[in-house]
Amino acid sequence: MARLEDLALSHRLFMKGYRYRSVDWSPGARLVKPLSEARLALVSTAGLHLPHQPAFDPTIKGGDTSFRELANRVELQQLRIGHRSSAFDQTGARRDRNLVFPLDRFRELVARREVGSLNHRHFSFMGSITAPRRLILETAPQVAAELREDQVDAVFLVPV
Amino acid sequence: MCNQSVGLIASVIEKSGIPTVCLSLLREVSEKVRPPRTLFVPFPIGYPLGAPDQPELQHSVIREALNLFRATGPLPLLHSYE
Repeated sequence: MARLEDLALSHRLFMKGYRYRSVDWSPGARLVKPLSEARLALVSTAGLHLPHQPAFDPTIKGGDTSFRELANRVELQQLRIGHRSSAFDQTGARRDRNLVFPLDRFRELVARREVGSLNHRHFSFMGSITAPRRLILETAPQVAAELREDQVDAVFLVPV
Repeated sequence: MCNQSVGLIASVIEKSGIPTVCLSLLREVSEKVRPPRTLFVPFPIGYPLGAPDQPELQHSVIREALNLFRATGPLPLLHSYE
């Protein structure tokens, strides 16, 4: 388990003093069908993007709250990792993108019929957002609306 | 800050009516952000699925997280990977 104490002093001091945000999601949603029949989508905050998509912008104060759409048929090793955080060791993810965006693993679970299917697209953010107002009010709701439009049954989210 | 971002995105998606599950690398952060379903994993920052090129380990993390969709107890659910 990683702990705040494991991070560099500058990150640690920032995070200790930071006022974390939350969003009221009550009462919560329930998966109403077996996983073996459900359509799943993935969300990663590793800053992944396709070569032809614009990279995330590390210079935006408070963080880049935009997102990129990743087609389900993408070849994982094509994905670029554009993440500005120095708290994030990228060595493992550069070797195997599944470490932060486990699409091959989900494809295998679909082949084994443990999961019904994967959505035709997934979503990528760059997670180092310290001022999340626009994330909460604009970009995350846009992604939620697109997932609903796709009739996705459940979403699996991965931080770095 | 990734763990906060994931928790916030999950909360917004859940609120729209789609159930979500998050992995988390920092218990302290997820306890404050409190998304609906979280699996804490005992791995370093940058390694949420455990280790590169280890499909069985990665599958076991995913399966344990997906199991939280089957739990019927009150939300939020905060489980640790074992």
